[in-house]
Amino acid sequence: MNLKELIPQKLQERFPQVKFEFVDYRGDLSVNFDKDHVIEICRFLKEDSELEFRLCEDVTAVDMAERKKRFMVVYHIFSLKHNFRLRLKVPLPGEESDWNIDSVTSVWKAANWLERETYDMFGIIFNNHPDLRRMYMPEDFQYHPLRKDFPLMGIPGSLPLPKKD
Amino acid sequence: MGLEARLKEEGFITSTLDAVIAWSRENSVWPMPMGISCCAIEMMASGDPKYDIARFGSEVMRFTPRQCDLMIVAGTVTYKMAHVVRKIYDQMPDPKWVIAMGACTSSGGMYRSYNVVQGIDQFLPVDIYLAGCPPRPDNLLNALIQIQDKIGKTKAKDFQDKKLPGLNVLQNN
Repeated sequence: MNLKELIPQKLQERFPQVKFEFVDYRGDLSVNFDKDHVIEICRFLKEDSELEFRLCEDVTAVDMAERKKRFMVVYHIFSLKHNFRLRLKVPLPGEESDWNIDSVTSVWKAANWLERETYDMFGIIFNNHPDLRRMYMPEDFQYHPLRKDFPLMGIPGSLPLPKKD
Repeated sequence: MGLEARLKEEGFITSTLDAVIAWSRENSVWPMPMGISCCAIEMMASGDPKYDIARFGSEVMRFTPRQCDLMIVAGTVTYKMAHVVRKIYDQMPDPKWVIAMGACTSSGGMYRSYNVVQGIDQFLPVDIYLAGCPPRPDNLLNALIQIQDKIGKTKAKDFQDKKLPGLNVLQNN
């Protein structure tokens, strides 16, 4: 059976309470769902013997400043068994207190640094992450550069330089 | 130069101490290869037999700043890296010179962005701004020759008034 038909069928069967949305765009399948069951869904996709999405290629986010649901966390996962890529999109609700999501490091260890990067760049909190520190920016930096309201040239004075004598 | 011939005839030559010191300094410039990104590849190429930086007495790339007198900053300097570059510069003994190699180092280059320092002269005294993205190895050799000319014109007393660096390095640790 084609994986593009198998994945929606299996997911809906296994998680009848979750509202899924499947988009097939230019040959790549995306799955949209809410953040509540992200760990269970990821673990299912990884451990199901017919799917085996063992490789977490990327965890990132998108800031769609104008939309009501501003942030969307995106997971790119890969099944080595089937040579198949799958994209998981999880929109976060609009309020700032909701800009957090459960960490999937318990499913894929590779997600550790990827989630740190997403936290650094977008300020999205990953709950139960083992080591949620900034990845690129200095640890005392106060902003999240890939947010749309962050100016391109940064906030003057926020990144100190050594003194020129 | 005919130096040997003169020594054979008269047994001695006269010069000033400044000239001798500057002459020996300019012909053994030891670079600190501060290779941060792609310019570093061209810097390495300038050490290979084809371009051969040894012709100018600078083949001894030292990976400790304490034995260097020329820092070649080769690559994009981010705000986070700037502190490291400055710390290494502070550890180099005086007198010392700096080449800002490539567009990124000189001006931020194509990275007009919040995380890249728009020119290392914001925190370092720069002697040569070397254009190119990246500059070719022969271009780097040209910069080295210009540094040598600059060193050749120095006098010993030029460096006497400099205050000793290094104390703030210890405190930063």
